[in-house]
Amino acid sequence: MTLTRPIAAIGHNVLSLLASIGRVSIFAARAVSHLFRPPFYGREFLHALVQIGWLSLPVVGLTALFTGGALALQIYAGGARFSAEAVVPSIVAIGMARELGPVLGGLMVAARVASSIAAELGTMKVTEQIDALVTLSTNPMKYLTVPRMLAATLAVPLLVAVGDSIGILGGYVVGVTRLDFNAAAYLKNTVDFLEFWDVASGLVKGAAFGFIVALMGCYYGMNSGRGAQGVGRATKAAVVSASVLILAANYILTEVFFSA
Amino acid sequence: MIELRDLHKAFGDNQVLRGVNLTVPKGESMVIIGGSGTGKSVTLKCILGLVPPDSGTITVGGKDVRKTDRDAFLARFGMLFQGGALFDSLPVWQNVAFRLLRGSLKRPRNEAHEIAVEKLRRVGLKPEVAGKFPAELSGGMQKRVGLARAICADPDIIFFDEPTTGLDPIMAGVINELIREIVVEMGATAMTITHDMSSVRAIADKVAMLHDGVIQWSGPVSEMDDSGDPYLDQFIHGRADGPIESVR
Ligand SMILES: Nc1ncnc2c1ncn2[C@@H]1O[C@H](COP(=O)(O)OP(=O)(O)O)[C@@H](O)[C@H]1O
Ligand SMILES: [Mg+2]
Repeated sequence: MTLTRPIAAIGHNVLSLLASIGRVSIFAARAVSHLFRPPFYGREFLHALVQIGWLSLPVVGLTALFTGGALALQIYAGGARFSAEAVVPSIVAIGMARELGPVLGGLMVAARVASSIAAELGTMKVTEQIDALVTLSTNPMKYLTVPRMLAATLAVPLLVAVGDSIGILGGYVVGVTRLDFNAAAYLKNTVDFLEFWDVASGLVKGAAFGFIVALMGCYYGMNSGRGAQGVGRATKAAVVSASVLILAANYILTEVFFSA
Repeated sequence: MIELRDLHKAFGDNQVLRGVNLTVPKGESMVIIGGSGTGKSVTLKCILGLVPPDSGTITVGGKDVRKTDRDAFLARFGMLFQGGALFDSLPVWQNVAFRLLRGSLKRPRNEAHEIAVEKLRRVGLKPEVAGKFPAELSGGMQKRVGLARAICADPDIIFFDEPTTGLDPIMAGVINELIREIVVEMGATAMTITHDMSSVRAIADKVAMLHDGVIQWSGPVSEMDDSGDPYLDQFIHGRADGPIESVR
């Protein structure tokens, strides 16, 4: 009895994890299917675009700026061990575009957006606003979920593009001011080494991460438990699961894109 | 006409509805009373399809609600939620005119705005309120905005979930009168949930009392006082002792 109890607990957790994966998948499939069926809510979409994209710019920009700067210092220090300091510009560019731009951008958006979507929809759920939507002949999936998921999927790649640029700029500033790189040479190195796919792969990752963020925010918000506690739990679950899923998806996408 | 037959609903092992039978004739005002947590709101939500019943049938105008076209069905309904359920991201007039701004009843924006202002006036709110956000209003004003939203598209069937709870007696009286007027004037079928006996007398043609998951008593409001039903008597007079346990 005592021996089997931990095993039973593991089994129970695995089963409930599988059940959640199933529920999230069904939710995602429903959301995507509504994407192609009218009515479409343009106003809500634009509002979501501003909330998710435009207002995330400062956070994503600052994250990228400091990361690019730190990256330049680290690569310089690492490169110095085998007299390869000159790789700083190209490694900063490749590192930002392929990995750090999308991943850190995605994580910052997860913190900022998954939480706010989950809290907003969760509050709407517990105050019966979602029920009210239904009685007003409006499908909450179309009115609340689809605009946010579409906006996030489109906005996060753009945020990543901006983040990449600012991150590379951060590396450039540190490189030129602290590491005595020649400004023109730094830029030339960056441009010469960076390939189209380095950037494009990061943008595709960004789209996937944006989708994940909005999906988790909407799923946990719409299924929020009752009361303030329910909303709190939904918000936490949305941020945690969005972050973990972003890192997992990043590994998988990197395998798919870059493993020989 | 709304007809509920042997409606059952449980949440986990909390058996809320245990065979509700209720008929609301067209154009009548039915008031549902009962202790809190007895499933009054759940009953309305079952009719609207917001909560799926476990068993039993619900027909509206002779048609099973699960087999009718949802959009056309809901277009005939107005609902005032217990907590108001106003959309706090939208200004008051867009809340009221929500249906008129999108979907099959869509109208030009300025026309929808005009109708919203007219409905707000109908519930005793000034046009200045139209541009405010729900969070800027008092509880009584929010209730009235909810009421304006419920009647905005001139529904045939209106549900009011505790329209006067949390209001001062004067405002409660105003809302009661308003509901009565709306029902008489629009000829709508109404179902109102309330704990407030003065509301019952002001609004009801018929009264039904929900207790222990079934309709314990129902009849015309005029027969309510000498029904001889101990449950109903205890509820009407608010006595602590009687067949209804006061600790729930
Ligand atoms: N969505 C839900 N999930 C779980 N339990 C619920 C839900 N909605 C209502 N209940 C439970 O059903 C019972 C009846 O609720 P309700 O119909 O809101 O009561 P009231 O008669 O006061 O309107 C309560 O015990 C409540 O906790
Ligand atoms: Mg209730």
